[in-house]
Amino acid sequence: MATPAHDTVTGTGRSGVPAPRKAPAARPAPGRTRRGAGRRGGGWTPWLYLAPALVVLAALLVYPIYQLGLISFLEYTQAQVSGGEPTSFQGLGNYRTLFSDSQFWQVLLATVGFAAACVLATLAVGCALAVLLTRIRAVPRLVLMLAALGAWATPAITGSTVWVFLFDPDFGPVNKVLGLGDFSWTYGRWSAFALVLLEVVWCSFPFVMVTVYAGIRAIPGEVLEAAALDGASQWRVWRSVMAPMLRPILVVVVIQSIIWDFKVFTQIYVMTGGGGIAGQNLVLNVYAYQKAFASSEYSLGSAIGVVMLLILLAVTLVYLRLLRRQGEEI
Amino acid sequence: MSLVPSGLRIRRPGRLAAEATALAVALVVAFPLYWMVLSAFKPAGEIQSTDARPWTLSPSLDSFRRVFEQEEFGRYFVNSLVVAVSVVVASSLIAFLAATAVTRFRFRLRTTLLIMFLVAQMVPIEALTIPLFFLMRDFGQLNTLGSLILPHIAFSLPFAIWMLRGFVKAVPEALEEAAYIDGASRTRFLWQILFPLVFPGLVATSVFSFISTWNDFLFAKSFIISDTSQSTLPMALLVFFKPDENDWGGIMAGSTVMTVPVLVFFVLVQRRLVSGLGGAVKD
Repeated sequence: MATPAHDTVTGTGRSGVPAPRKAPAARPAPGRTRRGAGRRGGGWTPWLYLAPALVVLAALLVYPIYQLGLISFLEYTQAQVSGGEPTSFQGLGNYRTLFSDSQFWQVLLATVGFAAACVLATLAVGCALAVLLTRIRAVPRLVLMLAALGAWATPAITGSTVWVFLFDPDFGPVNKVLGLGDFSWTYGRWSAFALVLLEVVWCSFPFVMVTVYAGIRAIPGEVLEAAALDGASQWRVWRSVMAPMLRPILVVVVIQSIIWDFKVFTQIYVMTGGGGIAGQNLVLNVYAYQKAFASSEYSLGSAIGVVMLLILLAVTLVYLRLLRRQGEEI
Repeated sequence: MSLVPSGLRIRRPGRLAAEATALAVALVVAFPLYWMVLSAFKPAGEIQSTDARPWTLSPSLDSFRRVFEQEEFGRYFVNSLVVAVSVVVASSLIAFLAATAVTRFRFRLRTTLLIMFLVAQMVPIEALTIPLFFLMRDFGQLNTLGSLILPHIAFSLPFAIWMLRGFVKAVPEALEEAAYIDGASRTRFLWQILFPLVFPGLVATSVFSFISTWNDFLFAKSFIISDTSQSTLPMALLVFFKPDENDWGGIMAGSTVMTVPVLVFFVLVQRRLVSGLGGAVKD
């Protein structure tokens, strides 16, 4: 686990935010010497190959991020958008408005809680089924794999509509089987979140399952055989042999799931009709959308976007540190 | 590649229980899709019946007919396809070049760039809807398919580059040297040797960019504001949601039409996808 000592060794500063950000830029030098500087530099060729990617990313990712930040500091509502009024600089005014709004904090809390629940459930289901896949013969494995691929392939919007229909109080089969009568899942806050959670887990566990399964298969059979010959128990094999070898994959799926579940939009929007009754099921993404496009509060929407960006950036930094601690060469 | 790690061989009853569990899970997982297709084929009367039955004795194409007649559904379908295919092709090519640059050359800023690609993957694209909306407006791209294609290329790239890296790295360097010794130019090596070798990786990568583009709902909703002839499938589906009474038959038929192409695509590339993911994570 992370210790300050470790950081000093790798030369990463740890005071405040700016230091870790600067760290990556400082990395190339030691990295290059370790791999040997003798390999081709290629002159301009690598930059030629990179040019299209860099142009697209600069225009459609970097510039919009800059714009997002900028708008969040301006007064930007319908009046400014249609070109009538001049924009005025608000400083941190939008953020002050946002942070003093109790609904924002409530939505933030709901987003984090909802994402955490989704991530945990997805990982648990995905990993358990990946292990299950390794213990069954080809035919049942193919059946489960195809079913999972089906769920994975289903577009978010169709998945959302189908799940709402399955749980429809009047025409859905679920209430009938469970004997719930005309219980409306989308009416209550918790049951609505639970329904969306089920759909999210349904469509995102396949990624975890397939990736972890692919990872398990990539473990050389001899290693496991050797462990078995040495008399290691199943649990021991998993804990001491497989888990460490799978760690890079597990890190990838955890991070992907966090990122993915933190910015769920379609499911909430479609299943709860734009954020639930009186906004009880809002998450940050939908909240930002509603603020910007429904109430034309573009600057507030942008401020929410910035908050999301910062949270995910923090997750990314943790990810980068994990990668580096594993000694993976980037 | 060993099929089942032999160290994990388990006794028969255990395996049978595991297989039964797997089949039960498969059933639960597939059920929503079954219900979707079933409901699409149910006649209106049965859908509106409160007695939901998991079969139908009188399948009908009424819902599909309604879907295709109303609102130029076929056109939306083509639009969705154009957007997704453009994104897949463009981002694959661009990512292939970029992945080659960062894996087969050593240059200043290489590591910095890689970290930037990694960070870019994490950017919540939904948060950029507002600035992208203004960007598209300023370039007169609102209400065009371009406003959907361009952002999705940008968003697919970082992940595609990151993923392809493993595949490009896996091509032995000796091969490259041999090609040069035989007098091949860099361009020739790139397209005639490296590209075919990396192709399976490109397929796996394409699945992700295809899905994320085909799924897009937010941009379609935000950027195609008035010209519905430029709409994509997700928007067409919303037509059947009505304030008083949802047209579930239409929604399910539309959903079926929207899901089946992706499903077919997935099943076709299934093997490549699994080995592709394995290849990318093994690194």
